[in-house]
Amino acid sequence: MNTTPTVPAPPAEPAGPPPSAKGTATRPGDKIFLGLSRGSGILLLTLMAAIAAFLTYRAYIAISENEANFLTSFEWNPQGEPVEFGIAILVYGTIVSSIIAMVIAVPIAVGIALFVSHYAPRRLAAPLAYVIDLLAAVPSIVYGLWGALVLVPYLGGMNKWLDQYLGWTYIFDKTGTGPARNLFTVGILLAVMILPVITNVTREVFLQSPKMHEEAALALGATRWEVIRMSVLPFGRSGIISASMLGLGRALGETMAVATVLSPSFLFSGHLLDPGGGTFAQNIAAKFNEADEFGRDALIASGLVLFVMTLLVNGAARLIIARRKEYSGANA
Amino acid sequence: MDRQPATDTPAPGTLAHRRMPRWAPAGLALASAALGSGLGLAAGWHSKVQWGLLAAIFFVLGTYAITTAVEGKRQAKDRIATSIVWVCFALAVVPLASLTWTTVARGVKVLDGYFLSHSMAGLNQMVPGGGIYHAIIGTLEQVAFATLMAVPVGLLTAIYLVEYGKGRLAKAVTFFVDVMTGIPSIVAGLFILSTWVLTFGMGPSGFAGSLALTILMMPIVVRSTEEMLKLVPNELREASLALGVPKWRTILKVVLPTAIGGITTGVMLAVARIAGETAPVMLLVLGSSFINNDPFSDEQASLPLYVYQEYMLGTPYSYDRAWGAALTLIMFVMILNLVARAIARWKAPKTGR
Amino acid sequence: MAKRIDVSGLSAFYGSHRAIDDISMTVEPRSVTAFIGPSGCGKSTFLRTLNRMHEVTPGGRVEGKVMLDDENLYGSSVDPVAVRRTVGMVFQRPNPFPTMSIYDNVAAGLRLNGSYKKRDLDGIVEKSLQGANLWNEVKDRLNKPGSGLSGGQQQRLCIARAIAVEPQVLLMDEPCSALDPISTLAIEDLIGDLKERFTIVIVTHNMQQAARVSDRTAFFNLEAVGKPGKLIEIDETERIFSNPSVQATEDYISGRFG
Repeated sequence: MNTTPTVPAPPAEPAGPPPSAKGTATRPGDKIFLGLSRGSGILLLTLMAAIAAFLTYRAYIAISENEANFLTSFEWNPQGEPVEFGIAILVYGTIVSSIIAMVIAVPIAVGIALFVSHYAPRRLAAPLAYVIDLLAAVPSIVYGLWGALVLVPYLGGMNKWLDQYLGWTYIFDKTGTGPARNLFTVGILLAVMILPVITNVTREVFLQSPKMHEEAALALGATRWEVIRMSVLPFGRSGIISASMLGLGRALGETMAVATVLSPSFLFSGHLLDPGGGTFAQNIAAKFNEADEFGRDALIASGLVLFVMTLLVNGAARLIIARRKEYSGANA
Repeated sequence: MDRQPATDTPAPGTLAHRRMPRWAPAGLALASAALGSGLGLAAGWHSKVQWGLLAAIFFVLGTYAITTAVEGKRQAKDRIATSIVWVCFALAVVPLASLTWTTVARGVKVLDGYFLSHSMAGLNQMVPGGGIYHAIIGTLEQVAFATLMAVPVGLLTAIYLVEYGKGRLAKAVTFFVDVMTGIPSIVAGLFILSTWVLTFGMGPSGFAGSLALTILMMPIVVRSTEEMLKLVPNELREASLALGVPKWRTILKVVLPTAIGGITTGVMLAVARIAGETAPVMLLVLGSSFINNDPFSDEQASLPLYVYQEYMLGTPYSYDRAWGAALTLIMFVMILNLVARAIARWKAPKTGR
Repeated sequence: MAKRIDVSGLSAFYGSHRAIDDISMTVEPRSVTAFIGPSGCGKSTFLRTLNRMHEVTPGGRVEGKVMLDDENLYGSSVDPVAVRRTVGMVFQRPNPFPTMSIYDNVAAGLRLNGSYKKRDLDGIVEKSLQGANLWNEVKDRLNKPGSGLSGGQQQRLCIARAIAVEPQVLLMDEPCSALDPISTLAIEDLIGDLKERFTIVIVTHNMQQAARVSDRTAFFNLEAVGKPGKLIEIDETERIFSNPSVQATEDYISGRFG
């Protein structure tokens, strides 16, 4: 660094303690800088607390006027007489669509991650990883537009097929004939969206799996799949779990892709292929324009629940990652 | 040796197995593709996806059966794992390629100089024409203000975590930054709505949107900057401190310049990320058909929101405009990404090799 | 059980770089053959061609013939997986599977190759651990993770894992270089026992070790950095260390270079 020699001599306190890494700043410059950077950290913490506090405050305003049970009601009528709104349908829709997304995306993402890390020809692997990285950056509204104008018409045939052959399972029974603007399509679209996210994290973990354990398995006469089962998957298991949780967090909170695809309703239906249902984020987007101040507070109340849900999921993912770090550190 | 003879390996002593020829997987793939589409055609299925699924199932089952017969069970399992992994890859490529292709093909139809330089003033959904100039202005202003607010806080927090933080505060900040990364964008929008709009009584404006985008951007900046600062070798810091340079000057003059490439990359990726956010903008900026250069008062348009609103209008002309705007948005985000990664590659391996 | 290895005209490549050039030698059954030579001379690469592990490294490629008795390891119909089952390997750093117990580590190779009754498996695991001189130290904690053992014990666990599948040949790639002197001694004693049953090839940096454990010694060298490694000579260990036929060998052994 050619900048160091130009620095002026240290100020006149030659007997002072040397600058220590602990942040015991003695010079004004150090003090200001430490104050600024620590202040930023504290600002972030305060912000998190403020988010929780304000959402809770506005939600309290709404819920205290609510005549129906907020958790179990199937109504959304905060501006009506009587005031009734509940999140039961939103909980159901959010969880069901996220489960569908996870069931589809996680195995495929693990497969692609293995493909990139252990199967693809080397020439293909690096550009592929790059493209998947880029796809994770595509804005969700573009996925939403594609989902509504391309995927929905496309899945019409598949819905008919599922209804015809799997209709007896009840969940795949399609009672109407409308387009595929249903929770099942939402799940598939969410799967497509979180696929790059899960793949990227999982791939990173797989690439870190220690070569020496793979070689140990190879030297015992293991086939490629057996090597992966013996040394790559056990090593990457917690990575897969935390990647999936991150994907789940995305799926739970996704707004635009659901808002464009789903034709929402507050009527409960167990048939996945029937239009209807809703998710937290989608409901906020859909109801916002017609909401007065109280209606907005009601939407904020539902947003608080979504906030808590994603907080739990993400917190769990982080804890798993932290535990894994300790675990692999102890063995290194 | 009295050990149990292994069930499906050849007698010890022979290394040669019956093996499938090298073209076998390709041949099988072709055969099952033919079978899949043949049956699909016969059954009169319209969806090519179903044909593909059928072909994939034939491929996997066929591989298993034939390999078991020729090479044994273990090899069959290995080959099946290989084919499943390839099928996963193929399955993922289909929607992602379709997304890219559709956006480009349909966006190109309307994307031209006129589209980029005009607003939607005076147009309704029943006529073609119009453009996204007002939306581009809006997005640029909202993102710029968010960046101006998020980057200093993010940088300083990262510096605190890497250069100073050891205690409980640093641990708490690290954890909550991680958690904050996962906040759904609509929740960030609701927070600003509950404070700025509902509690402080401010009206919709581009700046309100910027506030929400700031919340989304800060944790991303902290995370990426932190990673980059950690890569700066400790020897550099020690060398500077040993010369009697105060710590804050060491950070400003030695640590940050060393990591600046990576930090820039991180900031650009964060910008790309928030530029595509729709939900908070929808709650706080509301959108508009007109050019509004002032981000501090009244509704403003924004590119992602424009896509959504044109889609909701539901006419062929508005769909065209939605695709055009989507293509513009994707190109903006992709260019940011590509440039950011190019910077990362160009500046990166200071320590490696 | 043990087999003779006959190598002729073998070259190995990393991409377009030729790492070892035109090596021919015979490894006698039921004996210990040591490979010595300066760093980068290709002795480890050569070792890894003997069980087709070299081609696992990206860009790795081999030309030439390796006959195991009367079968060419690189024959067109030969399955590399079967080769590695027949030719076991022990690595420089002990690498027991971290998620498996001691028992499961030893049984790992057997389980790949078919199903065994619990009783038979117990017998083989015990015999292999005894064969690796580890049984007495671990018999009470077979279900504990293998990563909890000391470095020397881990390496013996890896040897037990390798001999459990009854290979014909056992390759050892500097098996003691990560171990302390006492563990090294234990492994060297073990090698002496194992050669009753297996053909053993060991790469070592330590010339005293080569002199102590091996019956025959091969000396590898390279002309310059970037040039391919070559086999200089192979002979009875005693002759290599007392009266080698090539000057370079003597220079290396007497410590004049390398």
